[in-house]
Amino acid sequence: MPHRQSLSALNRMLATGGISSTEITTHFLDRIEQNQQLNAFVSVDREQTLAHAQQADHSRRNERNSNLRGLPVALKDIFCTQDLLTSCGSRILSNFVSPYDATVVEHLDKDGFIVLGKTNMDEFAMGSSNESSYFGPVLNPWNTARVPGGSSGGSAAAVSARLAPAAIGTDTGGSIRQPAAFCGLTGLKPSYGRISRYGMVAYASSLDQAGPITQSAEDAALLLQTMAGFDSRDSTSLDTAVPDYLSALNTGLENVRLGIPKEFLDPSIDAEVLSAIETALEEFEKLGAKLVDIELPNSSAGIAAYYVIAPAEASSNLSKFDGVRYGHRTAEFSDLLDMYEKSRAEGFGDEVKRRILIGTYALSAGYYDAYYLKAQKVRRIIANDFSQAFKQCDLIAGPTTPSTAFPLGENLDDPVSMYLNDVFTVPVNLAGLPAISLPVGFDQSGLPIGLQLIGPYLKEANILSAAHSYQKVTDWHQRIPGDYE
Amino acid sequence: MSISKSDVERVARLARIGIEPHEAERYSIDLSNILTLVEQMNKIDTEGIQPMAHPQDIQLRLRDDEVKEVNKRDQFQAIAPAVKQGLYLVPKVLD
Repeated sequence: MPHRQSLSALNRMLATGGISSTEITTHFLDRIEQNQQLNAFVSVDREQTLAHAQQADHSRRNERNSNLRGLPVALKDIFCTQDLLTSCGSRILSNFVSPYDATVVEHLDKDGFIVLGKTNMDEFAMGSSNESSYFGPVLNPWNTARVPGGSSGGSAAAVSARLAPAAIGTDTGGSIRQPAAFCGLTGLKPSYGRISRYGMVAYASSLDQAGPITQSAEDAALLLQTMAGFDSRDSTSLDTAVPDYLSALNTGLENVRLGIPKEFLDPSIDAEVLSAIETALEEFEKLGAKLVDIELPNSSAGIAAYYVIAPAEASSNLSKFDGVRYGHRTAEFSDLLDMYEKSRAEGFGDEVKRRILIGTYALSAGYYDAYYLKAQKVRRIIANDFSQAFKQCDLIAGPTTPSTAFPLGENLDDPVSMYLNDVFTVPVNLAGLPAISLPVGFDQSGLPIGLQLIGPYLKEANILSAAHSYQKVTDWHQRIPGDYE
Repeated sequence: MSISKSDVERVARLARIGIEPHEAERYSIDLSNILTLVEQMNKIDTEGIQPMAHPQDIQLRLRDDEVKEVNKRDQFQAIAPAVKQGLYLVPKVLD
């Protein structure tokens, strides 16, 4: 059955002619239809998607270089697509069809990937549980009373339940890695600037980065290869060569120094998570890695700085949703100001409003220095801590999250406790570094546990090869939730 | 630091988000809690530290001044809430 195969395995099957893209795509579209209770997808166009798959099969017969052609992936609903709605989990964009494609979408299309559909997400990528979506919460396939994590919750649930062999997400403070950890998947946040942000609805522009959510590091390497590269339409896109990530996968772990920050093995985190991380680190040692104690003394202030910087940037980015040129406009209004205020009040959900308000406050006259400037200085100190640490080690390892997936509704009334979920992921975004989450075990109730590997700037290849070495000798990443086998 | 109801109303006006009086009450509690979290950063000594706006310490690129984009007005306006004769319609601003 195609859904038991990784993206890389499906690619090999397509190459040998053992299966067609139409067969694979039909199978996944059927699974999406049969599993709507998870609420993982917000837009699917079966006919159009099948037409693309048939086109891919046709091209494959007539092309010499057809590697990757016809592989299906799911796409977070934050990427602009001309063919499907781009709602970003929000009422204000619930009728928005983009007049252009995001660069990521162009890259996927150029390499022959088929988009299976757009996945559910926290509204404007603001959330850690996928409960802030206008289209309702996504359920975790491992236990449907639990959240899948967020904000790329639909993407993670889709891959976890094998409704798609892989998915694309975005990560501003942990939105790829945390849902990957909660759903037993491999999730890569590349370095800031590695993948173009053009056509990706902006939340916090100095932190946002797209990346793959997959079944393995090998699949992540395959998708990163397609997604990465310079784009003149994104002023922060890096004009540096993209390495061959797949051929770097087998570099191995011999003499790789893994830095273990004592701040990340805090006794306040879940004991079962801690124990799974320790067991995984022993496995890394057996594979040749050397564990080194390091310090990231200011990392705990990451959440504080993040919740100034991200809302400040969001308040500015989201000012364009005003009901004038596109998106939701209120039905009745007395004047222009009234139209703005009502359209935005109706169009945005609670969490988005909170972040716009806190961001506006932090940027307003009299508070700018105390909040925004202070947060930017703390950001520099956190980035400097990482630079210092990387003098002693090659990669940094620790838990992705302080706990496994929490129950739906648990943190809904308490935004601050929700924010604390991202304590280990946020510092990485502040510094702009690449990091991956990979599955390393389960807790007693059967919920997956994720380990995070952080690398120096642009060292995605090293992270992927370390994760791949571990996945060659373990099978946590191949586990499928019982109801979806 | 706590944010009062009137602070919330002022900020909501700046952000052009209409809020009801009972919402202002709730937001003042939520936002005050968030500020308490945020103020943990005051424990860190940032004397003499340059603010970091961005992960890359590089200069913005300049591009050649050439025409690349084509006029897509019709396409853009096809998704607008209200247009007339190629113009976006909004309530009257000046009498």
